[in-house]
Amino acid sequence: MKKKSFLSLMALSTAGLIALSACGADESEDAASADENNNGGDTNEAAEQEEVTLDFMHLWPQGSSPDHYRIVTEIIEEFEEMHPHVTVEMEVLENEQYKNKLQVVSSSNQLPDVGMTWPAGFLEPYVNGDLFAPLDDALEEDNMRDDFVAGTIEAYSVDDEAYALPLELNIAPVFYNQAIFDEYGVEVPETYDDLIEVIDTLSEGGMTPIALGNRDRWTGSLWYMYLADRIGGSEALNSAIDRSGSFTDERLVEAADRIQEMVDHDAFISGFNGLSDQEAKAEFMNGNAAMYLIGSWDLPNYTTNEEVPQEFRDSIDFFKFPEVDGGDGDIDSWVGGPGVGLFVAENSDVKDEAKAFVKHFTEEWGKQSVEDAGVIPGTQVNTDEVDLPDLFIDVLDELNNASDITLFADVQMSSGVAETHLNMIQSLFGEDVTPEEFAETHEEALQEDE
Amino acid sequence: MNQIMSDKRVIALYTLPALLLILTLIYVPIVLTGYYGLMDWDGIGGMEFIGLENYANLIGDTMFWRSAWHSLLLALFSVGSLALYLTVSLVLAGNIKGADMFRKIFLIPMLLSSVAIAQLWIRIYHPSNGVMNRFLTSIGIENPPMWLADTSLVLFAIFVPIIWQYAGFYIIIYYAALKNIPKELEEAAKIDGASPLQIAYKIKLPLISGIIKVTIVLAVIGSLKYFDLIYVMTDGGPNGASEVMASYMYKLAFRSNDFGYGSAVGFFLLVLILIVTYLIRKATASKDEVQY
Repeated sequence: MKKKSFLSLMALSTAGLIALSACGADESEDAASADENNNGGDTNEAAEQEEVTLDFMHLWPQGSSPDHYRIVTEIIEEFEEMHPHVTVEMEVLENEQYKNKLQVVSSSNQLPDVGMTWPAGFLEPYVNGDLFAPLDDALEEDNMRDDFVAGTIEAYSVDDEAYALPLELNIAPVFYNQAIFDEYGVEVPETYDDLIEVIDTLSEGGMTPIALGNRDRWTGSLWYMYLADRIGGSEALNSAIDRSGSFTDERLVEAADRIQEMVDHDAFISGFNGLSDQEAKAEFMNGNAAMYLIGSWDLPNYTTNEEVPQEFRDSIDFFKFPEVDGGDGDIDSWVGGPGVGLFVAENSDVKDEAKAFVKHFTEEWGKQSVEDAGVIPGTQVNTDEVDLPDLFIDVLDELNNASDITLFADVQMSSGVAETHLNMIQSLFGEDVTPEEFAETHEEALQEDE
Repeated sequence: MNQIMSDKRVIALYTLPALLLILTLIYVPIVLTGYYGLMDWDGIGGMEFIGLENYANLIGDTMFWRSAWHSLLLALFSVGSLALYLTVSLVLAGNIKGADMFRKIFLIPMLLSSVAIAQLWIRIYHPSNGVMNRFLTSIGIENPPMWLADTSLVLFAIFVPIIWQYAGFYIIIYYAALKNIPKELEEAAKIDGASPLQIAYKIKLPLISGIIKVTIVLAVIGSLKYFDLIYVMTDGGPNGASEVMASYMYKLAFRSNDFGYGSAVGFFLLVLILIVTYLIRKATASKDEVQY
């Protein structure tokens, strides 16, 4: 009896082990056979195309982004109809989890065939690790490059080769509440001095001038970016970051100084360094703050979102960030940048299909995303053809007329420097550092990163 | 049964699954973390061996020492708050009316998830709409503190919910230990004319000293590796004012893409906890347990 039970136990556990190891083996076999398929296709085009699976990972779950999710699913169905031999397997994760998962799978070289990436600083390590495939050949076909808004592809390029196609493009206008402006008798500011006057009038009247959730840090960065742009033109900041200039440039120091001037004028909501962007937005949406600087991704809240009271949506308009007297900046220059884009994995077994999918997706997304999901795509939108609220059209027109788009600082910098930048932004707004220290810390971090 | 258990092969077989799981899920990653800590690695591309350079940088990294100081402060506060929990438990175990209900009330925070607690306290601390500042303004304080935005306050503002969160856990441990003390001892002391305070100090505390030592170790370790409320409530901000070692490690590895350095911080944290645990065990070791 004893012997027998021992043996059966032994058998059971070995069976378990074998099952476990079999799981591991399965995957590699799959990959190997898929490789063969691909080679077969290359050598003999006429051969019947075998069934392939295309793994696609995105970050728009059905629950939190239902419109995005629906468009994605429709595009995939369409693509599968056009290419009957391809099955697209979707994996959906929320933003933060998505970023973490992408990093984890990339370190074991198991990226999905197609996935989403952010531009510049985020994308670079992946490109340097040879994980993303260059997409220039896909862009040359049908002159697809011309469909994109100028400057967007560049944000996904390393050494002049494009590694992802943009799906989103955002600029950051200053949204304001017309009802509050009327109540306090203030006009849309055209210069920085006007802005300070508006701020004074509002805060003396007991109204919070600006909603800012600086716990998230990039929100405060937007204000700094604009001031740097208006004072020094886009060149000052860009050259500091690409190291042809220095961050201790007096124009960049002055921009930091202006931030603290605004803080001293009680421009921002109290406790802003401890508030998240969501909490700050809630104050703006409840009419407790007059202005709010945020990316155009928030437009649906002020136009089409039925959950927001009509009266509030009607009272919201936007203005371009005011000019600074004596500054080199141009009022038509925007802070903004592409959001996510689609990449193809370098080690994908189905690269051709993946590239075709990325192309198809980007084109279709460009046609549908504004109207159906309120997302401004990376491809140009003909504002005469789409049926959208005026506020939306205005922003799209501004985008088409933009003289320049300065990429969000935390996207433009490498991740280590961006961390320093974001921390310094909090200190600057909290007046824990002087503008000079702010600039020097940036300069040190940038030098170290070189 | 005894016969089966005396067979070495059976012992090996029974312990094998758990051993394998612990090895692959805990010990192998620890060794790997130590290994990554010797590398210059962005977590994505190739690794480059740089020896102890990460650890050399660590020693000169003011941000790291700042976060270590915050972790240490948290450990001190947690250990200090054990006295409070112990007092509460002594009262609750003293057969007062409604002790059962109070015990449950103290236990409730333990049933909430950390994220829920964080969200709750973010609202309590909200600069204008929060319960805390509403109360302070209502009693006439004009500029109530910006709890989570003030660099000198934020750390202590977060300690409060952390200590609140674990109250139930420690109280239940102390309560159970106190209930285990034989009634006869207390009765005998009463007959001899000991006051309740004397009973607590001279009889109860020495008898549960073993448990107290364990809770001190638990509190210190828990504090040194603490992460969740801080991550949700402030993300270590403003500008690192509430950063602790674990949140700093997370930021290095996953935000700054500096996996090698992040691993070095993680490994250092492990070594630090081992040393501290050893020191506490050593410092609190007594030759023989109290017996009556």
